[in-house]
Amino acid sequence: MGKTLFEKIWEKHLVKSIPDGPDVIYIDKHFIHEVTSPQAFSGIEKRGQQIFRPLKTVATADHNVPTINQHLPIVEEMSRLQVQKLLDNCKKHRIELYGLGHPFQGIVHVIGPELGITQPGMTIVCGDSHTSTHGAFGSIAFGIGTSEVEMVFASQCILQNKPKVMRINVEGELNKGVVSKDIILYIISKISASGATGYFVEYAGSAIRALSMEARMTICNMSIEMGARGGMIAPDETTFQYTKNRLFAPKEDAWDEKVEEWKKLYSDEDAVFDKEINIKAEEIEPMITYGTNPGLGITINANVPTVESISDEGERKNLIKALEYMGLTAGQSLKGMPVQNVFIGSCTNSRIEDLRLVASVIKGRKKNENVNVLIVPGSQQVAAQLSAEGLDVIFTEAGFKIRQAGCSACLGMNEDKVPAGEYCISTSNRNFEGRQGAGSRTLLASPLTAAAAAITGVVTDVRELLN
Amino acid sequence: MKSLKNIQSTFIPLMEENIDTDQIIPARFLKSTSREGFGKNLFRDWRYSHNDEAQPKADFILNKPEYKGSILVAGKNFGCGSSREHAAWSLLDYGFHVVVSSFFADIFKNNALNNGVLPVQVSDKFLQKIFALENGSTLSVDLEKQTITIDATGEQEKFDINNYKKTCLLNGYDDIDYLLSIKQDIINFEKTLA
Ligand code: SF4
Repeated sequence: MGKTLFEKIWEKHLVKSIPDGPDVIYIDKHFIHEVTSPQAFSGIEKRGQQIFRPLKTVATADHNVPTINQHLPIVEEMSRLQVQKLLDNCKKHRIELYGLGHPFQGIVHVIGPELGITQPGMTIVCGDSHTSTHGAFGSIAFGIGTSEVEMVFASQCILQNKPKVMRINVEGELNKGVVSKDIILYIISKISASGATGYFVEYAGSAIRALSMEARMTICNMSIEMGARGGMIAPDETTFQYTKNRLFAPKEDAWDEKVEEWKKLYSDEDAVFDKEINIKAEEIEPMITYGTNPGLGITINANVPTVESISDEGERKNLIKALEYMGLTAGQSLKGMPVQNVFIGSCTNSRIEDLRLVASVIKGRKKNENVNVLIVPGSQQVAAQLSAEGLDVIFTEAGFKIRQAGCSACLGMNEDKVPAGEYCISTSNRNFEGRQGAGSRTLLASPLTAAAAAITGVVTDVRELLN
Repeated sequence: MKSLKNIQSTFIPLMEENIDTDQIIPARFLKSTSREGFGKNLFRDWRYSHNDEAQPKADFILNKPEYKGSILVAGKNFGCGSSREHAAWSLLDYGFHVVVSSFFADIFKNNALNNGVLPVQVSDKFLQKIFALENGSTLSVDLEKQTITIDATGEQEKFDINNYKKTCLLNGYDDIDYLLSIKQDIINFEKTLA
């Protein structure tokens, strides 16, 4: 019997299996950031241990950092201490840090791929659930807790139960105005926020193959929002082209050798998946969420479900509660509804292609006067590219605020928050209660749909603005 | 990590589904660099109005003094969302040693086990039975036998936990102790990778 892509990589990294217990998996790359690492550092120190393979860990500061005046000391005391702690820990334990002020600084899931640290066939972990992003390169990448960060520090391994494997095939051609964010929001709305729990997901099919690397990252990024351990896409020419010549990518002969190896990374024809789902690309339209988990999404022209249309009692209760929090009514349409904020950023949609998409909609237009629009590039390098392409001029002329790199309003750990009761169309990945600030109301959508709302001030079908 | 064997306790029912880690411990409380002290911010925004400890929400269950216990019982898909281990730390710090639900999110489950908080997954039917109990009823969780019992009626269900994790919890040792013990195997393995 053939093997799945997942099995091929897993088996290559299997140090040993504990009988009636988890597997010991070797980790190729470990990313850390300021929020989930301090307790792991103090943990190994308490045990009197050294970091086993410090060269295999890379650090950045992203969650807590301000997005203005990054050259000045961080004003908020707790954030400053946490970022300082990361600096101290990295220095003490000889870990490479791309901290504030470094030209490589940025959201951890943006910088790994853009620096060529993320490569096909690797095992990659980080104390952050959206580590699944790196799976777009055909690697096994997933989020871990702080105890697991400590495991990697101590042994470059973690203990994991082997998950089941699901394949989601998206076949066909995407409609105009539909981008990868819509694909993943559509999938999650079909299978629910817990529909892939216990699984690792491989995305396949012609619609996925046709996507750029950055679009693929958006899809893998949100795998966790349906409960999956991670998501992955088999590497192909698109992957190799994107990775080639990046700073930490293999060079010359080593590159050729690696590509030969990477070409073997695919699921065999006769590989068996624990579950398969088929989706037609033509069915997908621009998506938007109305509720407080990413599974509560609809196409832009659909109405919010009515309470009667839901048979499961628990789900019905969830819907009522979510709508109450969101200030929405069952059965209503979202189109035409005013929004006060637009947030374009986060590890889901803050790469240069995302910003180009936004620019394509707004070029020559001005934002609506009632909307506050924040653009937060995913990394210093994205920000530099933004200026190099002149997109900054387009954004500034439209009245958007461009900020410095970080997680920002995706989780509101810094000053960038959505005021209580206000709506925000966000290109991020979570619409949980209070995620973007206490009382904030998040509508998740693609960069195109977010750009359209910035111009009109209301929830808009972006296709009406595209010619 | 402390060892865990049997727990008999009253419980606190939280009849919500999809309780995500942003509700268990909101992001703004993740700035601490130690593992302790998170309990006071557990379910922070459900517990207090306007983020003010002087304004507890009277109808939230943790604010009702008549509900006590070291077992939390919650609706399905508990712990979904982010990987923050702070969720497990805040439950433990508050005093919960067991969480019962009909479904747990993956990362949360690992995090809980790594901190000596036992996730007990029961059937939907059993969960509803627990929710229907009067306040003050007790549950017994026996890790050795892998059973959870409603003491008043004797109704019982078995729950799953792999043998390795069970041994860890019973003895109070953790994954890092284990990994350190096989370091030579790891070094040998590294040679095969190159
Ligand atoms: S951008 Fe948002 S989802 Fe991504 S790593 Fe930062 S906080 Fe997490």
